[in-house]
Amino acid sequence: MAMEVDDNTLTEKGLDVPDVKTGRVLLLACGALAHEILALKRLNKWDHMDLQCLPAKYHLYPDKIPAAVEEAVHKHHDDYETIFVVYADCGTGGLLQAKCAELGVEMVAGPHCYSFFEGNDLFAKTSEDEITAFYLTDFLVKQFDAFVIKPMGLDRHPELRDMYFGNYTKVVYQAQVNDPVLDAKAQTCADKLGLPLERRFTGYGDLEVALVDI
Amino acid sequence: MSEEQDDIILSELSDEELVPQIHDDLYDGMKEEIEESVHILLDRGWMPYDVLTKALVEGMRIVGIDFRDGILFVPEVLLAANAMKGGMAILKPLLAETGAPRLGNMLIGTVKGDIHDIGKNLVTMMMEGAGFEVNDLGINNPVENYLDELESGEYDILGMSALLTTTMPYMKVVIDTMVEKGMRDDYVVLVGGAPLNEEFGKAIGADAYCRDAAVAVETAKEFMASKHNQLSA
Repeated sequence: MAMEVDDNTLTEKGLDVPDVKTGRVLLLACGALAHEILALKRLNKWDHMDLQCLPAKYHLYPDKIPAAVEEAVHKHHDDYETIFVVYADCGTGGLLQAKCAELGVEMVAGPHCYSFFEGNDLFAKTSEDEITAFYLTDFLVKQFDAFVIKPMGLDRHPELRDMYFGNYTKVVYQAQVNDPVLDAKAQTCADKLGLPLERRFTGYGDLEVALVDI
Repeated sequence: MSEEQDDIILSELSDEELVPQIHDDLYDGMKEEIEESVHILLDRGWMPYDVLTKALVEGMRIVGIDFRDGILFVPEVLLAANAMKGGMAILKPLLAETGAPRLGNMLIGTVKGDIHDIGKNLVTMMMEGAGFEVNDLGINNPVENYLDELESGEYDILGMSALLTTTMPYMKVVIDTMVEKGMRDDYVVLVGGAPLNEEFGKAIGADAYCRDAAVAVETAKEFMASKHNQLSA
């Protein structure tokens, strides 16, 4: 049965491990990746994997991620044969990688989800040419106000737009799924920032590659 | 900050009342009120340097403390900075004319591949407010930009900023090139940006990692003081 999780809960609270545990693999992920991981689990019949998500809002406070990962790993260490951290570096400046090494757990390669969705190798080659791109994923399109507009104060002070986005030239929407509703929302996001939109279908990129190897 | 704001006529406040009012207005990001108050103090014969330090810098210091303590957030700090910028624009030409004290010269820029400049701009403004002459190279700077400018000017401090995990290693490229050219020890190198930390600063060979603009100012002052002490020893 498909698990339904709402985006606000994923943003604020994350997702708890299921009551009945497989005992094999725990995917310890960012809440912003929950839908994609659950879709991959479903598509690939990865029934040996359980998912726990930390609140996606840590995207805004990356310094909280290593400690939160450490706490969750300690909590579930005895319940699973393997714990895999489904975060990239995500703005932790190497501290998450160091923490995972210390804890003896693996994590997703790459600087952030924009990179592994596009494919880390391709992103490394192309990102230098588009440093003025502001990236959105499916989750960020859906939670645009919670992750961009409100924390940046643009709802209260739209005059700050240029201070934040004056150096950007486009919004790149990395679509994980084909959904016209999300496409329209992405256009609205770009309009709010006053930037042109480029849609790029990425699918799950290196996220699937990382999980299939576990 | 106060619902009575509309009732306050700035020009009717005494100096003792106006200075704290400027602090409040900075805190609330009220640019027009700041500009008006700066003009009022100048018209009353205040030295531009006193207006800058006692009114604006002190106001931003309070903003900085509340930002560090999690009472204020980035949008409020940006509004305050924007208000201070308005006041600084009035004072800057006057400061040069009136011979305000200069603590040192800084070159600053966001590194190659990175277009984020909010933190760098805050540092620039706070350093200028503290009495440093700052040359801002802007965003997306390759190593040549830093080195060419360092070699052509008289700088004490190099500041580098990055917001991305992918771009922050470029700071090491700049520092390593300075070492290769035998010029690293001629400058204090300060680095900052959201994904950086103390360990990273040490690992790349910077003199200090500065977690915010206020720390950057204090760190720069300490290095300049120790430089002067060394010179006078």
